[in-house]
Amino acid sequence: MDKVDAIIVGGGLAGLTAAYHLATAGRQVILLERGDAPGSKNVTGGRIYVDPIKDYLPGIIAEAPFERHVVKEIITVLDDDASVQLEYANDRWRSEPYMSYTVLRATFDGWLAEKVSEKGAFVIPKKKVDDLLWEEDRVVGIKAGDEEIGAHIVIAADGALSFMAEKAGLRKPLEPRNYAVAIKEIYRLDEKTIDDRFGLQPGEGTANLFVGAITRGMFGGGFLYTNRDTLSLGIVVGIGDLIQQKDPVAASLLMEEFAARPEVQRWIRGGELKEYAAHIISEAGAGGIPKLYTGGMLVAGDAAGFSLNLGLTVRGMEFAVASGAIAAGVADEALAKGDLSAAFLSRYEQKLKESFVLSDMETFRHARDVLENKRLFTVYPKFLSELLAALFTIGKGKKEPLYTSAKAAVRKYILNWEGCKDLFSVRKM
Amino acid sequence: MKVEEKIALDAIKNDRESHIKLDQKICGTCRERMCIPVCPGHLYSLNEETGDMVVEYAGCLECGSCKIACIYKSIDWDYPADGCGVQYRYG
Repeated sequence: MDKVDAIIVGGGLAGLTAAYHLATAGRQVILLERGDAPGSKNVTGGRIYVDPIKDYLPGIIAEAPFERHVVKEIITVLDDDASVQLEYANDRWRSEPYMSYTVLRATFDGWLAEKVSEKGAFVIPKKKVDDLLWEEDRVVGIKAGDEEIGAHIVIAADGALSFMAEKAGLRKPLEPRNYAVAIKEIYRLDEKTIDDRFGLQPGEGTANLFVGAITRGMFGGGFLYTNRDTLSLGIVVGIGDLIQQKDPVAASLLMEEFAARPEVQRWIRGGELKEYAAHIISEAGAGGIPKLYTGGMLVAGDAAGFSLNLGLTVRGMEFAVASGAIAAGVADEALAKGDLSAAFLSRYEQKLKESFVLSDMETFRHARDVLENKRLFTVYPKFLSELLAALFTIGKGKKEPLYTSAKAAVRKYILNWEGCKDLFSVRKM
Repeated sequence: MKVEEKIALDAIKNDRESHIKLDQKICGTCRERMCIPVCPGHLYSLNEETGDMVVEYAGCLECGSCKIACIYKSIDWDYPADGCGVQYRYG
């Protein structure tokens, strides 16, 4: 069978970055994307941090079609009928180089795909890969419908559900507790309204996080990112928790209730709903990473479980770009040596460990144990809300000293055995 | 806005064949039916007359939640065929 140098399955950040580097190195690359165009099957929050990726997309990141650079973070902690909002703004984020940007992936991936094509790679949309081709214990290409295409190396960058990693026997079984479902709505609002509503200068954006009653005690939270003239509003809920509900509430209802909260309505009011999207996210952290290579094949991006939820920050896109670039580097070396064995390709894992990808995943291996604590979504939001209610409320009776009110709330929620354990568990992060 | 109305806003090209296949034998013994609340598109339902589980595959957002939530492995879920299914314009 004729073989091209490399076939890449999936036109997201990992696949496109891998294709970009391999094509730059002069390799024949075919990238197959099942959607109408790269980005068309993507669901992202989303915000991307620039520093970790700029060396992996050298030169071109400066012209990337980002939405807005993030200048402030807004955290909203919600009780059933009250909320506390914390806004953190940093002047350093207002000047270049910007730390992070909001992004819409249909636009972004479309742009990156063009850059990849300019380098000489073939980006082929509307092509779903069905299976891998094998010679003994080595992957030697892919099967798409009736077509078979041979390749010296296959890079699986087919997303969080990675059928390719599954077919290669690399992926772990899909455990409900290792995944969350994210539902996202896109609202159209004009640019000026977004600027005014969020207190932004043109081009500036915010990242908003919501935690508490909106997930009804289940693992998860909400997000809202300002794009140029749209808002990305979404909720994330643990599938393990969703399926253990005694009186099941639909994920779609949680999204509806979330969007109806006054703390959200103040931002999205008057916006026109343009799109309704959903996808699963790996919440397993380092524990969810599959075997990353086999003979003739590497796994990158979400397909490799590279996503990290640290509560206040959720990262995936940087890992996708970096792992795609590193996979391409190793693939190029392997092609040069003519050694596509699993033994040689194992250096992919080594290089990921030397990079921030596996190093960060490892550092925060236990983040999930901390974030899985139900009290984060129930007790603590209630505590904050009751504490502030006690401090702010003035009625007709005598008011207790503020210290007495505060002490009562602290005693009720925090100063107990569970609170003590929580404090110790946080050290894991 | 109802979930169906939200999905109607999406650009979706329907495949002729369903990419989601249910094993009614397994579904018949399932009491939890967690596919129903988990699916963001609210596409799963029980046909009260036949007792079969039904999935409206045409509105599928391809999120994969049902595949993960169905611990009895009744759901045979693949991506829709080339160029079919949801095409996100924002992503």
